[in-house]
Amino acid sequence: MRQITLRELQDVIRECAGEDESAQSLVDAANEPFDQLGYDSLALLETQARVRRDYGVDFSEADLSDIATPQEFLDFVNNLLMAAA
Amino acid sequence: MSGRRVVITGLGVVAPGGVGTKAFWQMITAGRTATRMITAFDTTGFRSRIAAEVDFDAEQLGLSHREIRRLDRAAQFALVATREAVTDSGLDAGRIDPTRTGVSIGCAVGCTCRLESEYLVLSDTSKEWVLDHNYADPHLYDYYMPGSLANEVAWEVNAQGPATMISAGCTSGLDSLGHAADLIREGAVDLMLAGGTDAPISPITVACFDAIKATSPRNDDAATALRPFDRTRNGFVLGEGSAMLVLEELESARARDAKIYAEITGFASRSNAYHMTGLKADGVELGAAVTSALDESQLPPDAIDYVNAHGTATKQNDRHETAAVKRSLGDHAYRIPMSSIKSMIGHSLGAVGSIEIAACALAIDQGVVPPTANLREPDPELDLDYVPLEAREAQLDHVLSVGSGFGGFQSAMVLARPGSAA
Amino acid sequence: MSAAVVTGIGVAVPNGMGKDDFWAAALRGESAIRTVQRFDVSSYPSKLAGEIAGFEPTDHLNGRLIPQTDRMTQVALAASDWALADAGVEPDTYDTTEMGVATSGASGGLEYGQRELDNLWGAGPDHVSVYMSFAWFYAVNSGQISIRHGMRGPAGVLVSDQAGGLDAVAQARRNIRKGTRLFLTGGVDSSFCPYGWVSRMSAGDVSTSEDPATAYLPFDERARGHVPGEGGAILVVEDADTARARGARPYGEIAGYGASCDAAAKHGGAPGLRRAIETALADAGAAPGDIGVVFADGSGSRADDRIEAEAIAGVFGPGAVPVTVPKTMTGRMNSGGAPADLAYALMSLREGVIPPTINVRTLAPGYEIDLVIGEPRPWQPGAALVLARGKGGFNSAMVLRAIA
Repeated sequence: MRQITLRELQDVIRECAGEDESAQSLVDAANEPFDQLGYDSLALLETQARVRRDYGVDFSEADLSDIATPQEFLDFVNNLLMAAA
Repeated sequence: MSGRRVVITGLGVVAPGGVGTKAFWQMITAGRTATRMITAFDTTGFRSRIAAEVDFDAEQLGLSHREIRRLDRAAQFALVATREAVTDSGLDAGRIDPTRTGVSIGCAVGCTCRLESEYLVLSDTSKEWVLDHNYADPHLYDYYMPGSLANEVAWEVNAQGPATMISAGCTSGLDSLGHAADLIREGAVDLMLAGGTDAPISPITVACFDAIKATSPRNDDAATALRPFDRTRNGFVLGEGSAMLVLEELESARARDAKIYAEITGFASRSNAYHMTGLKADGVELGAAVTSALDESQLPPDAIDYVNAHGTATKQNDRHETAAVKRSLGDHAYRIPMSSIKSMIGHSLGAVGSIEIAACALAIDQGVVPPTANLREPDPELDLDYVPLEAREAQLDHVLSVGSGFGGFQSAMVLARPGSAA
Repeated sequence: MSAAVVTGIGVAVPNGMGKDDFWAAALRGESAIRTVQRFDVSSYPSKLAGEIAGFEPTDHLNGRLIPQTDRMTQVALAASDWALADAGVEPDTYDTTEMGVATSGASGGLEYGQRELDNLWGAGPDHVSVYMSFAWFYAVNSGQISIRHGMRGPAGVLVSDQAGGLDAVAQARRNIRKGTRLFLTGGVDSSFCPYGWVSRMSAGDVSTSEDPATAYLPFDERARGHVPGEGGAILVVEDADTARARGARPYGEIAGYGASCDAAAKHGGAPGLRRAIETALADAGAAPGDIGVVFADGSGSRADDRIEAEAIAGVFGPGAVPVTVPKTMTGRMNSGGAPADLAYALMSLREGVIPPTINVRTLAPGYEIDLVIGEPRPWQPGAALVLARGKGGFNSAMVLRAIA
């Protein structure tokens, strides 16, 4: 059963939305709100689209609007992956 | 007001639901919508599969075979609208001074239709990054550099004064009229063919709005999909079309006894400098644009009788502009109608601001406020009078039109009934 | 009515990044024309361009901006930083609502667009980037610049082929007269991708020469088209009074502007360039004799060269004013060309030297203009005229005057 790691999520987000060397890494700041880490709604939409393409899981804008931190994003995706297995 | 003044003396409209000003006005005052399933291309795999399309028979509308071959769809719309506007204005083409006549045309996505269709040929449907130039259409340059839209209108009317395309995203249609009014006021020209055009219903544009989930995915109910200010609103429906207006210096218009629809008394542009697509809920900068436009018109907020809204039916827009209107008009915002005709004609990006000013000019001229269609369950957060479903008779002395665009553009324009200006 | 003055120059062109490199290269007559590197041109009849070399976006921009910006926006943002630094505007000098942006666009972020078209048609709709909704279109530079610098005043975008850069600066001046204090204005263009290249070639006047020394020869008897370039300039334009009050040292005043359109192409009659020049002079309250240098559009195509040479000779008299085309070093930069020419003109006003036109040797017969060929030429700064023309008939002219 596929589960993704925080590091893998970090790689995806960086590819989608770019990397700010001065900002904290997602791995170190998994419970910080995305907007504090400099990732806006577009960054999350783009990441969601990549996750859909790469891992085959989809979720709605409503779901996305409930996700505030990297950890929440990770947990949400991993729950969907588990359910699909 | 002192100094040179700017009036609207001719209208030409190509809109979903009906080509020509008369068909357009009939449709929007009847509260009918033109949003439907996209027929322009196969939408399998797209999230939003609906649009407000123009049923445009180019030959029947008088375009020559060469024009149809040469011109992107947006240019074809603009030519038809320009011809109607010139006829409507009663201008004698032989009596205008070409050197005192200019063009200002708003357009957000340029010649995307032709750029996309040409791309498919040149790339062999994206098999090749290094495109095969042997297949290049001889007019490809004009699609690549969409200032060509302004050239086409200039050639059509023999305008030899300043000509430009204004491309500020979704405020292009308002901004190009503001620009045209500026040129007349400063004395560079006496006459402007001004307005907007856009033909964005092409796979790449539909896909990019799908990606940001800005468009409504209400594919099972296309006719009611664009629901401004409604609790169930879920995005805009892409539209297409053009409106071209004849703008004249007031004394010239009077000298030839022209019919005057309305006067443009004020215009302002601001930036929210916040985000390329996002809007803050407080509407500060759009409110500032309104205040500045009112100042230019020398009007207090309570002079406004009707607000033509941007009303794109995204969650954020309708909240943003309601806040902006309340900020700038104060309590008076509660006493006047505010409607979104995008509910009926969709959102045609760089064209729609001009189409909306044409609607405002007609509203003033005819004494009728067009409704917001599809507004059946008002959002309790949004408590202004959005004229749900049915048009209303009203004498309108001063009308405000607002717009917001990707890139942070915020624009406002004020029109006056002839004889009402401060 | 307030005067509008230029207080900062941010310029990015193939032979010089930043004002100092740009001007030094101009005086050296350094050509940046060579075979396109950015994509494979070997199958195309036209192969030469002026490209910006060595621009690493992450040297200038936060990594977060990279996925959402075409190259031309990246360069424009860097140039906007340089312009503000050059102007020495302290933060908080002006309220955010007192500062606006007006840029010219021409071909938009087409490299970004070609990639996204590729994603769409090669892989499917859900492979199109969220950033495509703004990265490709003509408004993008004004939007991104206003966000980067927190400018909440008026914002505009003007598209008039290669003439639009002057129209955008005129728009800045117009708004300063209405009360905005500072504008970032100009234009930067690139679209150095196969789609941009094939599009340029389709107009029929991109040079097919493979010799950089003879490919782009405006006004020369051997003229055979032009060489494309990428880049442009962003300028800081300010209200003269508030600029003076904060101790700015302006390069020059935007003294006059005129624009016309050649509907004559279809209707017959004279081309409109001369009228645009005369309008700009009248606007500046300048007589032809007040102009000490003309930065010509320099199309490189015979018919347009002839029209321009005749217009200049007609207004100023045969050979009466120095004329130069420094874009012979960089190529024609779409909406960036005219702003770069304004930068050349402003530096000429400050330094008292006119940069040369390179590679041109012998004027075509009947062209009665004094072209500054080969070496820079000293002059007594007074006023400069910049011309820009766009395909389809756009003509724009701008007079810049030295500050007394």
